[in-house]
Amino acid sequence: MSGAATQLPGAVAGPVIRAEGLTKTFGAFTAVDAISFEVAAGEIFGFLGANGAGKTTAMRMLCGLLTPSGGVASVAGFDVGREPEAIKRRIGYMSQKFSLYDDLTVRENIRFYGGVYGLRTTEIRAKTEALLGRLGLAHERDALVGSLPLGWKQKLAFSVALLHDPAVVFLDEPTGGVDPITRRQFWDLLYEAAARGVTVFITTHYLDEAEYCDRVSIMVDGRMAALDTPAGLKQQFGAADMNEVFLQLARGAKNTE
Amino acid sequence: MPAAMFAIDLQHLSKSYGPVQAVQDVSLRVPPGELFGLIGPDGAGKTTLFRIMATLLLPDAGTAAVAGHDTRGGMRAIREVVGYMPGRFSLYPDLTVAENLDFFAALFRTTVRANYELIRDIYEPLAPFRDRRAGALSGGMKQKLALCCALIHKPEVLLLDEPTTGVDAVSRQEFWQVLGQLKARGITIMVSTPYMDEAARCERVALLQEGQVLRVDTPAALQAAYPVPLYAVRATGSLYPLLQSLRAYPATRTVYAFGEEAHLSLLPAATAAATTGTAEADLLGYLARAGHAQVQLRGLTPTIEDTFMELLGARPAATAPTAR
Repeated sequence: MSGAATQLPGAVAGPVIRAEGLTKTFGAFTAVDAISFEVAAGEIFGFLGANGAGKTTAMRMLCGLLTPSGGVASVAGFDVGREPEAIKRRIGYMSQKFSLYDDLTVRENIRFYGGVYGLRTTEIRAKTEALLGRLGLAHERDALVGSLPLGWKQKLAFSVALLHDPAVVFLDEPTGGVDPITRRQFWDLLYEAAARGVTVFITTHYLDEAEYCDRVSIMVDGRMAALDTPAGLKQQFGAADMNEVFLQLARGAKNTE
Repeated sequence: MPAAMFAIDLQHLSKSYGPVQAVQDVSLRVPPGELFGLIGPDGAGKTTLFRIMATLLLPDAGTAAVAGHDTRGGMRAIREVVGYMPGRFSLYPDLTVAENLDFFAALFRTTVRANYELIRDIYEPLAPFRDRRAGALSGGMKQKLALCCALIHKPEVLLLDEPTTGVDAVSRQEFWQVLGQLKARGITIMVSTPYMDEAARCERVALLQEGQVLRVDTPAALQAAYPVPLYAVRATGSLYPLLQSLRAYPATRTVYAFGEEAHLSLLPAATAAATTGTAEADLLGYLARAGHAQVQLRGLTPTIEDTFMELLGARPAATAPTAR
């Protein structure tokens, strides 16, 4: 895309994500234990934690898929408990597991998701051209998505998640299994999106990727055990890299999987 | 039967699925007792190689021998001595932890008690959940149970297909410690992973991409194979603007983000034609003019990931697809 930044319709003033004492219990088990944090527009926010620390539960609440047991949270200005449908229209979502339909072509996938997000046909057409040009996929428009290399699929899935100009995009381990060069190209797409004002909320098991985030939170046993810039966290824990920070925090966890 | 010279001996293996060439002329030899890594992204052919070695799939061409038996005709003998942990969880979700373990032991006409010593360290954290259904276990515990089941007949060769994918850093580290203990007992281990940092924990690794072996070597030799001097560059502020400046630098050969630093190699011609003093001084001057503060530049020992990207045929980053 050219330098012309896409203006996000109805951009929110102040934090795009705001959680205050956000809690989720399942019976006697507290999966998310009163977490509080804010994420600014255009920030790349790394959401880390060991398996079982509560990341997925917290993310599902922020996406409006799960009602909190306590506390409040808002995403793009809407309350996660009371206005989940409004949130779903203002966010994009992509994970390694769920992204595109292999049996549809590149163009069909874009058209399908454009329809799901409620875009007009003319809008979808224009966005399809821009997207294919930006990704260098113009010649592959009629190829089945299943025939594309994994790296291209992931770049396409990310772009499709941004089709409706969401305020926030939630990425759940988006780079799993891709080669190291493609992984880095994927991060270039994240940087570009963030520079356009999209807030990027990302989980990853690659701790070198935590270094690329503006700020990183680390969940341990349902609580937010740390939240700072990568440099700040390394200083706080006297660690050489984010891997060391993570290991120091996660080793003390009780709810290990 | 005489002891095989190689625990695993793959010669010119090829396998296609319709038009997709999953494995292309792969030859690998693993001596007994080695901890050998198959390193590569999804689609590199790792799972196909495991299925051939585990006698679940016949190659289109080439031969595969495991523990001295050819996979053509030697299926029964191989299955007696191989432990295989597939990438996808494949235990019985409706059986409990203990029932799964007993079942796999019974299949191999042995008992959990007979070989408990081998799995003790792995099983102990699972023991409190022995009556829980396997399907109700968390990811890390499923992984431990699957490893126990693959070990319960005391195999000579252990085949582990991406055991650490989707597993957090703490569990990954524990898992590699376990592999080290199993290796110390003389078990040959073939393990695949998409995590480059785990390659360093193997004795030798094969770097794979799109069904082909890019290179087989020790981690140290792979690091030494990087062809040109490599630098680490860092500056204050976000990494992204620094990456962009380095990509635009005319003498840049490759530049990649590595944690908080950028790894940079320079074109040899530019190094030679450096006008004012050294290539390093030119670069520092350029970055200062581009507005980067507190730039640090140091020589670097390449990592396996650097070498892998080099072997992938890394073009200069300025012409990488996303920059087009």
